[in-house]
Amino acid sequence: MALKGNLRDFSITQLLNLINLARKTGTLVIEGQTSKVWISFREGRLAYAQDGQQDNSLAAILFQANKISSAQHRVIKQRAATMSDKELGLLLINASYITQQDILGSLQTYFLGVVNNLFTWGEGLFRFENNLLPPDDKITIRLPLENIIIEGSRRMQELEQLQDEIPSLDMALRFAERPGTNIRNVNLSAQEWKVVSYINPKNTIRQIARVNKMNDLEIRRVVYGLLQAGLVEIIRPSWTPSPAVQIPVKIPPVKPNREEQKSLINRLIDRIRKL
Amino acid sequence: MQTVKMVVTGPFNAGKTEFIRSVSEIDVVSTERKITAEAERIKDTTTVAMDFGRITVDQDLVLYLFGTPGQKRFDFMWEILSEGMLGFIVMVDSSRPETFREARGILETFRAYAPTPYVVAANKQDKDDAWDLEDMRIALRLDPKVKLLECIATDKENVKTVLLELLFSILAEMDTAE
Repeated sequence: MALKGNLRDFSITQLLNLINLARKTGTLVIEGQTSKVWISFREGRLAYAQDGQQDNSLAAILFQANKISSAQHRVIKQRAATMSDKELGLLLINASYITQQDILGSLQTYFLGVVNNLFTWGEGLFRFENNLLPPDDKITIRLPLENIIIEGSRRMQELEQLQDEIPSLDMALRFAERPGTNIRNVNLSAQEWKVVSYINPKNTIRQIARVNKMNDLEIRRVVYGLLQAGLVEIIRPSWTPSPAVQIPVKIPPVKPNREEQKSLINRLIDRIRKL
Repeated sequence: MQTVKMVVTGPFNAGKTEFIRSVSEIDVVSTERKITAEAERIKDTTTVAMDFGRITVDQDLVLYLFGTPGQKRFDFMWEILSEGMLGFIVMVDSSRPETFREARGILETFRAYAPTPYVVAANKQDKDDAWDLEDMRIALRLDPKVKLLECIATDKENVKTVLLELLFSILAEMDTAE
């Protein structure tokens, strides 16, 4: 039967926990607003992951992991375009370009990146396809989910904290009006400079993230850093939601005599059986 | 005349009214109203105060089934309804995982009101997109000892099974307490 729903209601942490505990084999397909992701599991362990928006070929993954040079990547794409990942992996190992450990390590990093990115998704339709696994020519791994869930929970906590600091990505940023502060004298990372270059009252934080291909967690981290450094300002919504009403807990009533109650329950059982 | 009651609770549109209707010997006294909020327009009407069904056991004993209103804004009724209940049934729509968290919350709230036995009925198991019981158990964070039962609230035999299982749990708890 179906295992499907929306991440808005059933978080990725809960899903991975369920797959882990139930030792499931199959593929989780998640469709977000801008991307579609496939994550495969074998007996509750991570086997494979693929982001629909990324080149997930082995050559691309090895290049991204700095295991092969851009020239090697280009040559492989030209000459070995029709080769499967397994064939290419064997070829590279036999040619002593890389080791088996390099391949598995790079794949693991890539797969974890795909899964970790999901922890920043607020919503997305998901379905679990039982027993569906990636094609045989793909290289799979067997990674326990416990650590991924713990790390993901940390990321979600961090994201929640950052969401408190930056409640909406639909706000704009502007440079703080502080005389004497020169942005050129501040040491920023490449990622921070990319964000800074788009700071303009016309651009929302979400737009800046999109143009820099950053997820919610990444853009929030950068903006939070800039806010803390006093370099930028953000306009926050003036309203705050009212706290939820708590249900009062009441002490249960006194129970009647136990023997009488047992007799009563047996009478109820007889009656319901005869309905 | 002695009267006892069981409470049927669960999120909005879980099937509580149907459940009671399937076994009640009287037409269920239902306080349904047309739904006005667009977000809750899964069905046309909803229970705003309580549903009320009856099973006469004999001349001296009557069982009442109370269904709680599913919408959160009527949760002030829960405490009133839970007073003196023998046990309770938490109805969950197996095809709507978005309600599982709420179902869990309702379960915990009722347990706090009265630590009486309870069972969880995984309703709408006949729907194509219904979740498996094992998956639901994990999603609802139910202890293996808690009875999670397949249910189709419109099926009288199914509803009888759920009620009987709750009664067996009540008996078992009495035996344990002795």
